[in-house]
Amino acid sequence: MKIAVTGLNNVDNPGPGVPVIRGIKDAKDFKCEIIGLIYDALEPAPYMDDIVKSTYTIPYPSGGLDLLFERIKYIHSKEKLDVIVPTLDSELFGFTKLTPKLDELGIKTFLPSTEQLILRGKDKLASFCNDNDILVPKNILATSAQDIYKVSSEFKFPVAVKGIFYDAKIANNLDEVFSAFKSISSKWGFPVVIQEYIKGEEYNVSALGDGEGKTIGAVAMKKLYITDNGKGWSGVTIYDNKLIELSKNIISKIKWKSGAELEFIKEEKTNKYYLLEMNPRFPAWVYLSVASGQNLPYSLVELALGKKVEPFEKYEVGKLFIRYSWDLITDLKQFENISVNGEMHNG
Amino acid sequence: MTNYKLSSNLAISDNGFLFLSTTGETFTVNDIAKVVLMDLKNDINYKSIFDKLLKEYEVEEKILERDLEDFFNQLNVYNLLEEK
Repeated sequence: MKIAVTGLNNVDNPGPGVPVIRGIKDAKDFKCEIIGLIYDALEPAPYMDDIVKSTYTIPYPSGGLDLLFERIKYIHSKEKLDVIVPTLDSELFGFTKLTPKLDELGIKTFLPSTEQLILRGKDKLASFCNDNDILVPKNILATSAQDIYKVSSEFKFPVAVKGIFYDAKIANNLDEVFSAFKSISSKWGFPVVIQEYIKGEEYNVSALGDGEGKTIGAVAMKKLYITDNGKGWSGVTIYDNKLIELSKNIISKIKWKSGAELEFIKEEKTNKYYLLEMNPRFPAWVYLSVASGQNLPYSLVELALGKKVEPFEKYEVGKLFIRYSWDLITDLKQFENISVNGEMHNG
Repeated sequence: MTNYKLSSNLAISDNGFLFLSTTGETFTVNDIAKVVLMDLKNDINYKSIFDKLLKEYEVEEKILERDLEDFFNQLNVYNLLEEK
């Protein structure tokens, strides 16, 4: 069994590839080889011990689907891939569109539909939530400076200013909204989401939906340490029935198919959960779910292979993850192989 | 105070480390606070806890009353108490 995984950039803002691989490899009585798919020769995972058997570069999504498909066909001709698990937001639309062609090659995936991906997008999430009685911060989509003037009349400061794919800033007045709008739109384009700021604690849920409305697993986590980039560097599993049931409800309403990360804020004054974002893939902390008793990455592989997977019923609360950095030393030859040939083979 | 009990979601370790499983919050408490919390967990009432502390420690009744009330208020602020 050969499983290809992307998102091997476990750097300061890590992709979910390595924890997904660790989960798959932890599964009992399941033997497989992992093939790494990378965009940059310096993504760390291919150089790490016992993570990937072979690694291949693939073209960036902006290069177009034909180029990506041709590259996968080449990799498949050498490796005979059984499953591909894309783990990065930016590549999901492309892989979803390629699903029928991958199927023809005999490569399985377990991905949401294009409609589902659009529905959970930052620009569409609020209306979906409002239609389904799920609390969500009020927001407006700004495409021009003119839209910013609405902020003073429609919101109380501060507000959150968010890019359509990544990035978020807190703005305390109209000047700061303009400044954040300018910097975020220049990086991530339009629209820019301007969101009501809800005061409270943030909670995240790593989940897996079976595509028919059922949640295979859901593990909730509270970040204990956050980096300057706003990324969780350590966290602990928690359990609040309201939070887990809400997550299951959202997955059921969208009939979500694949891994996901749901980001909530619990409003301080009401103790109610608001959905901030739904990321269409597992989070980089997904190995915490494996360690606490729900091997969601492996379950996703099983679903991709067409197996019946029973939902998890519980997980261990109080399990902690602490991320760390480590200087990995390797030979220049490995870097040369991946840079020149676009592939690298370990042992 | 008599109408409250310790949150059922609160775990207390022997070292006085508290973990609230619904929020992920952690706290550390000193030995006396740990004794009070363990008693609360075992459903021992406020009066018995008060009497026990008064007997075991050299403390004036009024000061103990004030300190214990302050401690319970703090527990309340951190949502570590729930109604019986």
